[in-house]
Amino acid sequence: MELASSSPPPCPTPSAAPANWLARRNVGDWLFAIAVVFGLGIAYSRYGQLMDGYEIAILFLHAPLLIILGWAWQPFRLFAAAVAILALTSVWLYQGELARAEQTFFLKYLISSQTAITWMSVFFFTATGAYWLGLASRFDFAGRSGSAMTWLAAVMGTTGLFVRWYESYLVPDIGHIPVSNLYEVFVFFSLVTALLYLFYEGRYNTRKLGAFVLPVISAAVIFLLWYSFTRDAYQIQPLVPALQSYWMKIHVPANFIGYGGFAIAATVGIAYLLVSRGMLTDRLPEPRVLEDVMYRAIAIGFAFFTIATILGALWAAEAWGSYWQWDPKETWALIVWINYAAWLHMRLTRSLRGAILAWWAFVGLFVVTFAFVGVNMFLSGLHSYGSL
Amino acid sequence: MQHSSPRASLLDDFIELLSSMRFAISLLTVLAIASVIGTVILQNQPVNAYLNQFGQFWDPVFSRLGLYSVYNSGWFVAILAFLVLSTTLCVIRQFTPMLHEIRGFRERAREVSLRNFAHRASLEPALPPEKRSDAVTAYLANAGFRFRVNEREGSTLIAAKRGSLGRIGYFLAHGAIVLICLGGLLDSNVPLSLQIRFLGKTATSGNQTIASIPASARLAPSTWSFRGNVYIPQGAIAGNAVINANDGVLLQPLPFTVELKNFHIEHYETGMPKRYASDVVITDNKSKEVFERTLEVNKPFEHRGVTLYQAGFDDGGSVLSLTVHSMAANAHPPSSFSAEVGARIPLGPTGHALEITEFRSVNVEDLSPPDNKAKRTEAAFSGSGTRAASGENLRNLGPSYTYILRDPAGQAREFSNYMQPIQINGLWYFISGMRTSRTEDVSWLRIPLDEDKSAAAWFAIHQSFFDPALQAELIERYVSHGSGKDEKNSLKIVAGHVLSLFTKGGFDAISDFTVTNVPEDKRDEADIVFLQAIQGLVWEAWMIAREAAGKSALELNDIHAPFVRDTIHALTVSLHYGAPFYLQLTSFEQRHATILQATRSPGKPLVYLGSLLLVLGVFAMLYIRERRLFVLLKKDEALVAMSSGRKTIDLDEAFARHRDGLAAALGASTLP
Repeated sequence: MELASSSPPPCPTPSAAPANWLARRNVGDWLFAIAVVFGLGIAYSRYGQLMDGYEIAILFLHAPLLIILGWAWQPFRLFAAAVAILALTSVWLYQGELARAEQTFFLKYLISSQTAITWMSVFFFTATGAYWLGLASRFDFAGRSGSAMTWLAAVMGTTGLFVRWYESYLVPDIGHIPVSNLYEVFVFFSLVTALLYLFYEGRYNTRKLGAFVLPVISAAVIFLLWYSFTRDAYQIQPLVPALQSYWMKIHVPANFIGYGGFAIAATVGIAYLLVSRGMLTDRLPEPRVLEDVMYRAIAIGFAFFTIATILGALWAAEAWGSYWQWDPKETWALIVWINYAAWLHMRLTRSLRGAILAWWAFVGLFVVTFAFVGVNMFLSGLHSYGSL
Repeated sequence: MQHSSPRASLLDDFIELLSSMRFAISLLTVLAIASVIGTVILQNQPVNAYLNQFGQFWDPVFSRLGLYSVYNSGWFVAILAFLVLSTTLCVIRQFTPMLHEIRGFRERAREVSLRNFAHRASLEPALPPEKRSDAVTAYLANAGFRFRVNEREGSTLIAAKRGSLGRIGYFLAHGAIVLICLGGLLDSNVPLSLQIRFLGKTATSGNQTIASIPASARLAPSTWSFRGNVYIPQGAIAGNAVINANDGVLLQPLPFTVELKNFHIEHYETGMPKRYASDVVITDNKSKEVFERTLEVNKPFEHRGVTLYQAGFDDGGSVLSLTVHSMAANAHPPSSFSAEVGARIPLGPTGHALEITEFRSVNVEDLSPPDNKAKRTEAAFSGSGTRAASGENLRNLGPSYTYILRDPAGQAREFSNYMQPIQINGLWYFISGMRTSRTEDVSWLRIPLDEDKSAAAWFAIHQSFFDPALQAELIERYVSHGSGKDEKNSLKIVAGHVLSLFTKGGFDAISDFTVTNVPEDKRDEADIVFLQAIQGLVWEAWMIAREAAGKSALELNDIHAPFVRDTIHALTVSLHYGAPFYLQLTSFEQRHATILQATRSPGKPLVYLGSLLLVLGVFAMLYIRERRLFVLLKKDEALVAMSSGRKTIDLDEAFARHRDGLAAALGASTLP
């Protein structure tokens, strides 16, 4: 009973019994639920023959996940609907021919995967500018534009990934979910971080933190653009045998929810440090609120990172014959995990508070960045799928 | 607590320290730092690699500290053991108080302490006193609280709570850490170390057949955990796993034998392996039970606690047919032999030896021209993700093989030759790469082919140039085109001179000669004369070769200029080729070998159970919000107080909501 009412993600649900919660669903909620189930059903009927049993299970487990998300967080529905419409339009325009990406106007300039991801980048940059303007001018419109741009970026990026998924199946032999190399996971990281941020923005009713979170996303996007331009990283590549597994569909996304949470915590940590030194106090939320956001971001990051690491271990046991072999990526995942486990211990037992925790969350981002990108750049190991 | 003696108190203090969170966090920090070392220093490399990297002084120090095998070193395992101990003690110490906390309602809380809560409110109920208790409990039940009612003198305390399961999360998560560490310890290489230390097992050299490995390097069949490789060529049977340890190998007998019936490999267009799989027959040693299975990456097979994984593949002794084209001064005609990959072939009396190290049936190369920027930008930022700015021109160059030629002094050169002719800019070549060490760039010998895609002409030209007996004939032919005795004489002198310089040191020797013997203002002229002589000699040698092969003579014109140019270039490279022959691969019979990994890891169930509990525990701890709500009903007042194990902002909201809800239920207004 208590378990059910407090399932993740942390939502501003009234602490009432689940029966109560279910009874309070309105027509929109049920329509959304029906649309999700219907959509997954269509996906299954069209592509089910390409999936194994595990993948079908993963597909249908998305029903409760998406429904709970859409019920607990209303704006998510509009987002899901927009992504569905754009992605399906793109698929429809392709008509199974890759060459149409260059011939059809909408594909070429809007919703082929690369174009959509370029739009995502543009919106993230403008969102960053808008949030900064909002922080500097206290002009509410700027902040609202920032939110809108971030939403648009998330819609375009998610559409881009879905379309990329479809495109990969138009090349013989290659089809796979687009979370298999550094380019794809950078897009994914940007999206997850943006969506998590938007959730907190609604939850805490402040648009001022966008000025701190969006620069991290923009930095990721700059890296992404550089990487795709200089290394042709955007190309859909075939999968090595070890990656051909349903585990990839859950291990990688879980990991990036973790990284996204940690990234938000770090940037909110900066905001906290500024406010606690008396800077921008009239524009930013009070330290108590910032501290709370930081805790929540790390909590969700840690929970998902724990799952991701465990899923990684299970997959490693199946693909490499050992659930743990101190490969550099594994070891650094452990270091990240230990870092945030220690942070949470300090926070929850109230041994440390305030500025030290904020500094710690900020420095944590460097540890995370090393685990995410640095390991691939400087250390060699089994996880060399996204080498620079 | 009462202590009966100082010693007991000391012990208590020690246990207190061990089970404290600060100690556990310190251990975690040390663990993290130690782990970093293990990722920075490559682990378990050959001894010499470390000596080269760190030098005479630091190498033994690092070696002593166990930095070359951090995760198996005594101190690392000791940290883990302390972590287990500390966490266990912590869980044990917390058990009773936590249980109390989970079960108790604190219905005896005193009014004074309730009035000290940060979240509290005084309500003035309008409801008649006898109905108040029921109204409150009805509200609490509806809001998902469990409660106890404590009637006491002059007042009623209703103590309610929800989310106590969050406390169980603590036990789950911390117990999980203990389980995972124990499971990991069970699967570590402790059994291996024990057998080395106490049963006198020692690693032996990896360069010997399985049969000749001594008993001292064979581990007990019952070893409770291990991880080793099983290499099986097609058609062969293996019953042991090979474990790398201490710069050598140890053998781990398996409870079954594995026969490789067939090996499948498929490639992507890019040449990358797409799928590889082994058809194996596994026969149990005792029951003689037989399993026919196909092992694949991500699809292992388990029998008698040992799991077999498809780890990789190698050459299993492919048979190559090779033709020797001599490039010695007194060349002999081409001859053929066949050899297995992995074989070591002594080469006659000179003491040279040849080792065939690798055979590849597929070599996909990207032969695209350098890309242009505009196209690249467009491909990166628009359209589908499948569009390539380069890499469109993938070509399979066909089979290749690699061999090492070792001279009597042990100096080695590595050669890689392609089997099929390769077309570059419209012309065909046989290509051979050579390097003297792994770190060096490959230098390429490109042997030009004639219109029949045959290399025979080039080898004949090579022979004409380098065989003293044939040089005379070549010069004779070259000179015969001169008119008049004087010209013939001077041609002869020039040709003889150029030939002797060129065959010793290529163009370098010629330019050295001009620099020392020709006045500066005449050098360009001399260079032209020498170059023309070389070109003329190559042409004549080619015509001699064609006559000998029964091919028609060619007319001297520009069409043949590239062949002459490439021939001269290849002749120059051949001077530094380092092998007196070119080994041409004419046919092959490929034989694969599979590399399986065999593991026994009895700790796995513990680790998996621990992982499950860890996830449940972490979510319970972070997301089950424990709330305690107290309603003290007095004659004129209802005191509402709320607390939580965790201070987060939503406690404020929850308190406000329940305060208002209770106020509504009691028909009350809030007192200041």
